Amino acid sequence: MSYQVNGHTIEHDEEGYITNLSDWSKELADEIAKTENIEMNDEHWEVVNFLREYYDEYQIAPAVRVLIKAIKKSMGPDKGNNKYMYELFPYGPAKQACKIAGLPKPTGCV
Amino acid sequence: MSDIKKFLYVNRRAPYGTIYALESLEVVLIGAAFDQDVSLAFLDDGVFQLTKGQNTDGIGVKNFSPTFRALGDYEVTKFYVERESLAERGLTEADLQEITYEDEDDDWAEKPSIRVVGRDEMAAIMADQDVVLSF
Repeated sequence: MSYQVNGHTIEHDEEGYITNLSDWSKELADEIAKTENIEMNDEHWEVVNFLREYYDEYQIAPAVRVLIKAIKKSMGPDKGNNKYMYELFPYGPAKQACKIAGLPKPTGCV
Repeated sequence: MSDIKKFLYVNRRAPYGTIYALESLEVVLIGAAFDQDVSLAFLDDGVFQLTKGQNTDGIGVKNFSPTFRALGDYEVTKFYVERESLAERGLTEADLQEITYEDEDDDWAEKPSIRVVGRDEMAAIMADQDVVLSF
């Protein structure tokens, strides 16, 4: 199973999370988003970039509760709430945004 | 709402070489979703899990030590480290990475998560738990 970006083949697991984290690129993110029926805009990117920074610092993809709390702390309550985050990523902010960000599936996420 | 139980995760092994330390951390992260009273204990070689400046490039595994610093976000804020175990390995608290949490009940003040305790106190902490999981 794989994504195709600019002629490159990028492997992913049965749920669509990429196998090798260093394969990630912005073009790939757009491609993964398409398979999730998400049209990436600035708001989506803000969350995806936040997640990548979080992973870089803590080596972990946060659970949804923790992600929303961290967004609230960093970007304020207008964005750090369930409604806003689920509007951006209807099938689960942590799950979908992590997939697009090229991170592993959040720990504890079924 | 069900009763909150006191869970203690006991870490006695070095971070790499076996899967125990990483598995313990994963279980803590999963368990944190259940709103229990969670503490971690580090003794014997387990104290090496918290040392700063870990570099795993040479052994081809992920350095998961930064993840301990995220546990405050999961409301895991009690890291008990046994003083005697540190001393027996030539370590002091200064060799451990700084791990903090924000205290919701104290205007989100940043506080240290690591508490170095003596062997007697560690025994008392263990005796006080509802559930002890050993790794």
